[in-house]
Amino acid sequence: MRIAEGCNGKLYIRGVNKNLADIVIMISFSNTYLYLIPAFPLLGFVVNALLSMGAARRGKGFPEIISSVVACAMPTLSFGIALWAFCILKGLPENGVLQPEPLFSWISTSLIQIPFSFVFDHLSAVMVLVVTGVGSLIHYYSVGYMKGDVSYSRYLAYLNLFLFFMLLLVLGDNLLVLFVGWEGVGLCSYFLIGFWFTDAEKAKAGKKAFVVNRIGDFGFLVGLFYLVKTCVTQNTGEAPLYLSYSFLISHQEWFLPIATVMTLCFFVGATGKSAQIPLYIWLPDAMAGPTPVSALIHAATMVTAGIYMVARLFFLFHMAPLTLHIIALVGLATAVLAALIAITQYDIKKVLAYSTVSQLGYMFLALGVGAPQAALFHVVTHAFFKACLFLGAGSVIYAMHHEQDIRNMGGLFKKVPVTAFAFLVSTLAIAGIPPFAGFFSKDEILLNVYLHAPLWMYVTSLVAAGLTAFYMFRLFVYVFLGHERKTHNSHDHHEEHHSSQVPWIMDAPVAILGLLAILGGFLGVPEVLHGSNHFHHWLSFLTEGVEAHHVSHSLELTLMAVSTGWALLLSLTSLKLYSANLNWTAPLKNKFAPLYQLMQNKFYVDEVYTFLIVKPLLGISRVVLWKGADQKLIDGVLVHGWSGLSQFGAQALAFLQTGYLGHYLVLLTLGVVVLLVCLLGIF
Amino acid sequence: MITLYHYLALSAVLFGLGLVGLMIRRNLLIILMCIEVLLNSANLAFVAFARYYGQMDAHVVTFFVMAVAAAEAAVGLGILLVLYRHRQTVNAADWKVMGG
Repeated sequence: MRIAEGCNGKLYIRGVNKNLADIVIMISFSNTYLYLIPAFPLLGFVVNALLSMGAARRGKGFPEIISSVVACAMPTLSFGIALWAFCILKGLPENGVLQPEPLFSWISTSLIQIPFSFVFDHLSAVMVLVVTGVGSLIHYYSVGYMKGDVSYSRYLAYLNLFLFFMLLLVLGDNLLVLFVGWEGVGLCSYFLIGFWFTDAEKAKAGKKAFVVNRIGDFGFLVGLFYLVKTCVTQNTGEAPLYLSYSFLISHQEWFLPIATVMTLCFFVGATGKSAQIPLYIWLPDAMAGPTPVSALIHAATMVTAGIYMVARLFFLFHMAPLTLHIIALVGLATAVLAALIAITQYDIKKVLAYSTVSQLGYMFLALGVGAPQAALFHVVTHAFFKACLFLGAGSVIYAMHHEQDIRNMGGLFKKVPVTAFAFLVSTLAIAGIPPFAGFFSKDEILLNVYLHAPLWMYVTSLVAAGLTAFYMFRLFVYVFLGHERKTHNSHDHHEEHHSSQVPWIMDAPVAILGLLAILGGFLGVPEVLHGSNHFHHWLSFLTEGVEAHHVSHSLELTLMAVSTGWALLLSLTSLKLYSANLNWTAPLKNKFAPLYQLMQNKFYVDEVYTFLIVKPLLGISRVVLWKGADQKLIDGVLVHGWSGLSQFGAQALAFLQTGYLGHYLVLLTLGVVVLLVCLLGIF
Repeated sequence: MITLYHYLALSAVLFGLGLVGLMIRRNLLIILMCIEVLLNSANLAFVAFARYYGQMDAHVVTFFVMAVAAAEAAVGLGILLVLYRHRQTVNAADWKVMGG
């Protein structure tokens, strides 16, 4: 049983044999410091927002260095505190949590009490470290990437605000605090996708992301209402409820009858935020934002919020096998579909975007087969290598003067060696080649799929893994190998000031992330490889009460060999085919022209949605709501109708008002006569 | 024999004359005179009832009405004079600034 009672949880220390260093750390750390973790980025947001507004008023910007220092220092400070808290947490006995006193009582009624409180347990620790760690690196990178942008401070302000909300999301101790963060990150995502809003296409992409996310959020909200209602109706005691996670866990039997519906609602929310079928369409368009944003929000952190949420509520999902089946199917379908699309794309960021969708599908597959640890392990390693890939892509785009089409790249290994090397490492990692990070997490997922799902699902996920290796090496060959395919004389004369040399402040974060893409996997080396699978044990509380499957080592090794061999085979095939001839697919394209068209055009999902949902919706809005309800009913009848009626009445009565005293008197007399007649009639 | 009803009938006739005059005449002077007729028709009714019931109360009202009528005549004629100076007319139809 996890500890912490109500909202008044305290630091629990049961083990006593601590060495002195631990005790020193323990004494100086106060749980309330946890509130500083999101507070720092919030401060950074306020400062940068003021700077940005001040710059707008002054007509010219403040020196970029002020914004940069503030914006980079804040996430780094948060990361420091998170590390500190992590050290404390590690020293606690098993499944201990750090829980500060609530900051304030947020919603307080006689039925429920919702304090604004945080919890720092094993799960939030992982997420907080990833968010602040990778987040800080991306902030540093942004300093180089966004240098010279007219809205530099505004950009950093949004980035800081995003971190604040993301930390709220992962640190909150109840679903309502989580929801605030959930909506906040969506908002920041909208701000940052449409950051260059003067370009109508980019503004539209931001709007699309926001609207599609709202659909998911609606599902989440319905689930939340359902949960609160169930709690209130089930509660027989007099005391108000604290809807903290530990409370929900200790009363999980309340949710048994409605678990399926409720978890499905929550999953709808997750498909929106984490870009799964049917709501994944916003993520590829979200690439309109600046590239570090794609790395931070649309690869490493925000899109994993759905996975975090499902893992957090896994005790509920566990009660609903149907939901888990659906999650696994949706995840698998997304993984395959997105991988197929990725193979045919030519925009470097689009390939990575579909790859992200595909990997997120993988994580949901892991959740669906009942292995949240594997899903979160993949979240972490994916954050490392995908952030590295995106930042690498950013460096490439920077060096190529905003060129994003991989057909115009090539031979960049010499030009951007650090980026190229980190990119290669991350490609190996995402392809699942040992000993890079992606191998371990993907292997754990595949193992769990093999154990807990039908064989065809295992085979399909293996195919998707192979596709991943294939399109990633295709991308790598296109971008970094071969010779330069484009002379950009046309570009150079007006971008002379912008050197194609990538500055160190961009190279360093890419290099660090590349290093993490190599080392990240060692967090969870499985026992069969003489590791101790730290990561799995760290999060074992997520599947508390579920008996562990015991797997024979030979089976595990066989599966590992199969997936490694398969990934290697596809990687080498891709490398060989594309290195030999970039257009080797041309005959295939002609032969299977319809299929190729289908993939190239992303299976026309956007078009289908436009035809089935957007067009009718717009049509109904225009004809019924705008022309009908608004213009005819509200404007025509209610507004102009009433005013017209009173105007007509006034005109009719004005005819009586002649100005002749005599006429008034006649009316007066008539009135008196009528009154008299009435009076006589009564008596 | 002259009964109460004769008095009341006369009063009613006077009231009707005054009212009709008020309605149809445009000359402000005539209108003022019609008002006097109206007031006096009421006075006549009061006095007739006072005699009939043998009570003095109505006489008091009559005196009040006469005082008010005098004051009204003074004020009304004053206004009439000012209006005439303003426009050289006492025709009420020329003063229809309240028209809708």
